[in-house]
Amino acid sequence: MPDFTARLEAEIPALRRYARALLRDRDRADDLVQDCLERAIVKRGTWRRPGNLRAWLFTIMHNLHANQMRSLSRQPASVSLDQAPEQSTSARQVETVAANEVLSALAQLDETQREVLVLVAVEQLRYREVAAVLDLPLGTVMSRLGRARERLRQAMNGDAPEPKASLRRVK
Amino acid sequence: MTAGPQEISEQDLQAYVDGWLDPARLAAVEAYLAEHPDEAARLAAYRRQNEALRGAFAEPRGEDVPERLLLAARRRSPGRPLAWLARAAAALALVAVGFGAGWGLRGGLETSGLARGDGAFLVQQAAAAHRVFSVEVRHPVEVRAEEAHLVAWLSKRVGVPLKAPDLSGHGFRLVGGRLLPAAEGTAAQLMYEDEAGRRVTAYMTANTSGGETAFRFAEDRGLAAFYWLEGPLGYALVGALTRAELIALAKSVYRQLEL
Repeated sequence: MPDFTARLEAEIPALRRYARALLRDRDRADDLVQDCLERAIVKRGTWRRPGNLRAWLFTIMHNLHANQMRSLSRQPASVSLDQAPEQSTSARQVETVAANEVLSALAQLDETQREVLVLVAVEQLRYREVAAVLDLPLGTVMSRLGRARERLRQAMNGDAPEPKASLRRVK
Repeated sequence: MTAGPQEISEQDLQAYVDGWLDPARLAAVEAYLAEHPDEAARLAAYRRQNEALRGAFAEPRGEDVPERLLLAARRRSPGRPLAWLARAAAALALVAVGFGAGWGLRGGLETSGLARGDGAFLVQQAAAAHRVFSVEVRHPVEVRAEEAHLVAWLSKRVGVPLKAPDLSGHGFRLVGGRLLPAAEGTAAQLMYEDEAGRRVTAYMTANTSGGETAFRFAEDRGLAAFYWLEGPLGYALVGALTRAELIALAKSVYRQLEL
C-alpha cells in the first residue's frame, strides 16, 4: 500500500506536534510518534479511505498516550508528566519568547483541556473530529475548549487563574 | 444579554475564532461583536492564542524528521524497535521483529545479519517453559525465593552470573526459580507473581553464539515476550500481559542487569 505509506509519512510532522503537546519531552514525544506509526500500520485495515487520516492517527495516538499514562500511574516510583520538572527551554527547542510564553501557559492547563485546544487551534480539526478523536460528546469538547481558552488567556495575562472565572458564560 | 431572533451561542463564537462558523451566521455574529466590545476583545485574544500556538508548534526550521520515524512509517509489517532502548542501550543495533507471526516464523522480517535463529529459539524455549510451569499451583518453582542460595545456585549451573531483578515496583514479587535443560547446557527460570496471581517468568541461558540482538518482542497465543542476547546472556521475559505492561517490566529488568 504505497499510497498509505506516503500519506503516513506526510503526517509525521503533525503527529510530532500533537505528541509534543501531550509530552513536553521531545524524545518521549518522538517515542509516542513511533508507537503511533507502528500501531497505524497494524491497524491500517480499519482506516476508511475517504476519512481524515490525520484525525484517525490522532485517535490512535491519544489512546496510546492514555494507556501509557495509566500504566505509569500504577508505578508509584515514577512521576506523572504533569508533575515532572519543567523541561528546559532548550529541550523544547523553542526559538522565540512568544512561543515560550504560550507553551508555558499551555502547560498550566490540565491535559484534557490542552489536547482539545491543540487539536482545534494547531491542527485545525473540526469540533466533531476532535470529539471523535477523543471519544467525547461534542458538548464536552466545546466546554473544554472554552475553559482552555479562558484559562490560557488568564495565564498569558499573568493572572492567577480564578476558579470561578472559567465558568462565565455568555449569552 | 438580549437574545434576538438569531441568538448567538458560545459555540458560534468559538467557531468564529476558528473559522468554522456557518457563513449564514457570520453577519449576526459580527453584529453581536460590534455591540459587545468585551466579547470582541475576548475573541481577538483567542485568535492570537491560535496564532501563537501554531507558531510555537511549527516545526523548527532545518529540523528533519528523525530517521527512526521515517523507518517506522515505511515499515510494511509491524515492527518494534523500542525507542527507550535506544537510550538505555545505544550500543545495541535495533532490530525490528514482527509479532503475530508466531515464535518461529520469521520470514520476511528484518534481522540484518544477526544470528537469526538464536533469539527465536531462545524465546520458543522460554515460552514453552512458561506454559509448563506458570500454571503450577503447588510446585511452580524448584527453589523458593526465600532460600538465599537460589541465585548463586542458578548462576553456577548456568555458568553465567545471574541476578533476580526486583519487580516489586510493578507489583510482581519473586516466587522462586528452577533449572531447565537448554539447547546447549542449562537454563534458569525465575518466576514472579502479582497480587492477582498473574505470573511472569524470566528465562536465562548462556549466550553461546556470542551474537547480540536488540530487544525483540513476540506474541503467541496469549503470551507476550521480550527477549534479547547480550554479552554472556540470552534473556527472555514472558507473561500473559499486555505489551505495555511487559515493556515496563523488561525495562526494569534491563536496567537492573546493567547495574
